[in-house]
Amino acid sequence: MTPQIALPILIPLLAGAVSLVFWRSRGMQRFIAVLGTAGLLLTSIWLLVSVSRDGILVMQMGDWQAPFGISLVADLLGAIMVVLTGIIGFAVAMFSLATTGRGHEAFGYFPLMHLLLAGVAGAFLTGDIFNLYVWFEVMLVASFALLTLGSEKPQMEGAIKYVTLNLVSSVIFLIAVGLLYSMVGTLNMADIAQRLPRLDGNGMVDALAMMFLVAFGIKAAAFPLFFWLPAAYHTPPVAVSALFAGLLTKVGVYALYRVFTLIFHHDPGYTHEILLWGAGLTMLSGVLGAAAQFEFRRVLSFHIVSQIGYMILGLALFTPLAIIGGVFYIAHHIIVKANLFLISGIVHRLQGSYRLEALGGLYRQHPWLAVLFLISALSLAGMPPLSGFFAKFIVIRAGLEAGAYGVTFIALLVGLLTLYSMVKLWSEVFWKANPREDDEAPDQAIGRGELWLMVTPVAGLALCTLFIGFNAGPLYALAEASAGQLLSPERYIEAVLGDVRGGER
Amino acid sequence: MESLMAVTIGVLFATAIYMMLRRSIVKLVIGLMLLSNAANLLIFSMAGMVRGAPPLVPKGLSAPAGAVADPLPQALVLTAIVIAFGVLSFAVVLVRRAWEVVRADDLDRMKDTDT
Repeated sequence: MTPQIALPILIPLLAGAVSLVFWRSRGMQRFIAVLGTAGLLLTSIWLLVSVSRDGILVMQMGDWQAPFGISLVADLLGAIMVVLTGIIGFAVAMFSLATTGRGHEAFGYFPLMHLLLAGVAGAFLTGDIFNLYVWFEVMLVASFALLTLGSEKPQMEGAIKYVTLNLVSSVIFLIAVGLLYSMVGTLNMADIAQRLPRLDGNGMVDALAMMFLVAFGIKAAAFPLFFWLPAAYHTPPVAVSALFAGLLTKVGVYALYRVFTLIFHHDPGYTHEILLWGAGLTMLSGVLGAAAQFEFRRVLSFHIVSQIGYMILGLALFTPLAIIGGVFYIAHHIIVKANLFLISGIVHRLQGSYRLEALGGLYRQHPWLAVLFLISALSLAGMPPLSGFFAKFIVIRAGLEAGAYGVTFIALLVGLLTLYSMVKLWSEVFWKANPREDDEAPDQAIGRGELWLMVTPVAGLALCTLFIGFNAGPLYALAEASAGQLLSPERYIEAVLGDVRGGER
Repeated sequence: MESLMAVTIGVLFATAIYMMLRRSIVKLVIGLMLLSNAANLLIFSMAGMVRGAPPLVPKGLSAPAGAVADPLPQALVLTAIVIAFGVLSFAVVLVRRAWEVVRADDLDRMKDTDT
C-alpha cells in the first residue's frame, strides 16, 4: 500500500468538503485552510522522499488492472510539482488569513482554494489522459470562481477572456483525447506510449501532437496564445493572483513535459522544433510586454509569460541537460513568482495602490520588505548567488551545447530585459520618494499580527530561494534524476503496466 | 451514418467559431455551447457508428458473441457532458454578471484590462 500517492489529492478535497460544512464559521474555515494545506505539504514531502528512494510509484484506483482502470502515477517530476503545490498552497493560505476580505470568505474563498489545489495535485499525479482532462476542469472551475469572487468591473472583463480561452483550450484537449482514443483504443498514458509507435502513418500522430501543443500551450500561456493571462491575472484579490501565478500555468507546462516526453517523442525534429520557436517568441513577447507596463501586477503577469518560455525551451532542446534545466527552472520559478505577487500584495496593503506612479518610498519605511523584494526580483532576473541564476545557467548552457545559438541569444537578452523590469519596479516602488505630500503612511491601520501573517510566508519563500541559490546541489540532483526518468519513458511504462505488458506481447 | 455525423460535427464547429468571433458576449456563450456539443459528438462517433449489441458477456462464454459497441466513448462523453454543463452554466452566470457590472453586450467595450 502506498497511500502517499492519493493523499495529496484527497487531503485538499477533504479539507474543501469540511470547510463547506462550516460555511458560516469563519474561524473554522481559516483553521481548516492552514491545517489542510499544511497536511498537503507534509504528505507531498513524504511522497517525494518515497519516490526518490523507491522509484516511480503507481497506485491502481479501485484495484483495476493498469490499462483498464485509472492509475495514479508519481514519478519524480510529478512528486516535485506536488511538493511545490504544497509549498505555495501553505504560503498562500497563511497570506490569505490576513488579506482576504470578509466578503470573499463568506462566499467560499477557502473551499474554492482547496478545490483548486486538489485539481492541481490531481493533474500532476494522474496517469490517465482523460483523467488529466477531468483534473484540468476541476482546477479551471475553481479558478473561474476564485477569479470572479467579488464581481468588480475589471474582474468581470478579465474573467470573460480567461473563461473563453480556457474553455476553448479544454475543448481542443478533449477532441485530441477522443481522436487519440480512436487511434490506439486506450486512455492510459503508459499504454498509449507503447502502442503509438506501432501505428504506421505519422501524419495523424503529428496532427494530434499539435492539438495537444495548442491545448496545453493556451494553459501554459505560451506564444501566441498568452493574451488571456495579462488581461486577467491582475484583477482578483492578491492571494488568488499569487496562487494562479505560482501554479496554474505550470500545470500546462507540466502537461507539455509529460506528453512530449512520454507520448510524442517520435519525431523531435518536427514537434520540438516548433516548441523551440514557441519558446523563443514566448520569452521575447512576454518581456517586451512587461517593459511597457506601469502597474505592479501587470508587470509581473507579463513576466510569467516570458519565464514560461525558458521552461518550454528546456523541453524543446530535448537533451538531458536541457530537461534538467527545465525542471530546475519550474521549481525556482513557482517559488519566486508567487513570492513577488505576495510582495505586491503587501505593498498594496501599505500604500493602497498597484500603479507604480502612486507608489514610492517603501525602502525608507520598510527596509526589510525591500530586501525581501530584492531577493526575489534579482532571482527572477538571474543574478548569480540566487536560484534564478542556476536555472538560467543550466538552460542556456544546454542551448549552447545543443548548438541552438539564436534561441540562446534570445534567452540571454530576455534575462537582461528582465533585470531592467525588476530595476524599474525597485526604483519606482522602493527607491523614489513617496509621491504623496504628507508622509503619513496609511499603514497604521494594519495591526501587528496581520503584518506578521503577511510577512512570514514571504520570508519563508525568500528563504527557499536563497536556499536553492546557495545550495543548488540537492535540487540539481533531483532534477537530474527526474530528467533521467523523463528521457527513458520505458521506465514509466514498465512501472505502470508491469507484468500486464509481458503477457500481451 | 458516419458521413452524416461528420458533416453535422463540421457544421457545428463552424457555427460555434462564427458565433465566438462576434462581439456580443451572449453570442460568445452560444458559441461556447455549440463548441462543447460538437466536441461531445465527435467523441461519441469515435468508436464508429456500429449497431452493436450491448457489451455484455453471455452466460457460459468468456467473450461477448458477435459485434458489440465500445462502451468507453459513451462513458467519456457522459463525463464530458456533465463537465461542460457545469462550466457553461458558470459562463452564463458570468455573462449576466458582466452585463450588470459593465452595462454592455460588446467585447469592444471591455478593454480596460488590456491596456
